[in-house]
Amino acid sequence: MSDKTAEDRQYFNDLVKADKVVVFMKGIPEQPMCGFSNAVVQILRMHGVDNYKYHNVLDDQHIRQGIKTYSDWPTIPQVYMNGEFVGGCDILLQMHREGDLIEKLTEVGIRSALLDKDDNEAAN
Amino acid sequence: MSITSIFKFRLVTTVISKRSIGRVLDTFRCSICMMDSVQASIRNKLSEHFKPTHLDVMNESNMHNVPKGSETHFKVVIVSDLFNSKTLLQRHRMVNELLSQELNGPVHALSIQAKTPQQWEDSKHYVTKSPPCLGGSGK
Repeated sequence: MSDKTAEDRQYFNDLVKADKVVVFMKGIPEQPMCGFSNAVVQILRMHGVDNYKYHNVLDDQHIRQGIKTYSDWPTIPQVYMNGEFVGGCDILLQMHREGDLIEKLTEVGIRSALLDKDDNEAAN
Repeated sequence: MSITSIFKFRLVTTVISKRSIGRVLDTFRCSICMMDSVQASIRNKLSEHFKPTHLDVMNESNMHNVPKGSETHFKVVIVSDLFNSKTLLQRHRMVNELLSQELNGPVHALSIQAKTPQQWEDSKHYVTKSPPCLGGSGK
């Protein structure tokens, strides 16, 4: 591996581990610039996950291309949890629909807001 | 102008015209054969490799901020036994790898719904709708 490649790898290693949830997206959570990125933001929001590290790839071509190489994943958005690549919009959506996202969030130490919603409904 | 010159002139202009027409026809034929070529390529590769029981390859480029007639945004719904015991991530990676040429080329976004035959039946053939475009970067 060349020095540049190793340096890049380390750079992205640090990026994806910077927070429990790290999202590479088009736009920002307050204003996504892509329907797929928006879907990821909305799904996370439904689970009460609002504060996470994100990277607007439209503002940074190095990150835009580099994360695709790093993840070996050709498209944006990309979601990382605890430094592990989870997937893009389709995977996150399917995980959400099948209840697997609640489990994944629990694994990384985040309690999904949907669990509290379920508890409230059960109490009432 | 001499007759020879006129003849040469007419010959040249005729040749030029035929060449122009030929170029136009070639472009037209090329346009026809290029039409859906990315879509066809995706469909053919997925069919050949996965032997799917169900396959839908949809060009959704018209839903996005790209020129008319683009082949940049696709949705694939694919049902195959090859996905048995594979995680979602593994399934998507299988498809991505097969379509790496397209994804390194014209295809900018690829939505994948990859199910086993059992999952496809259990879901009653449900396909999630693609989210609306929010403008993107024009690419």
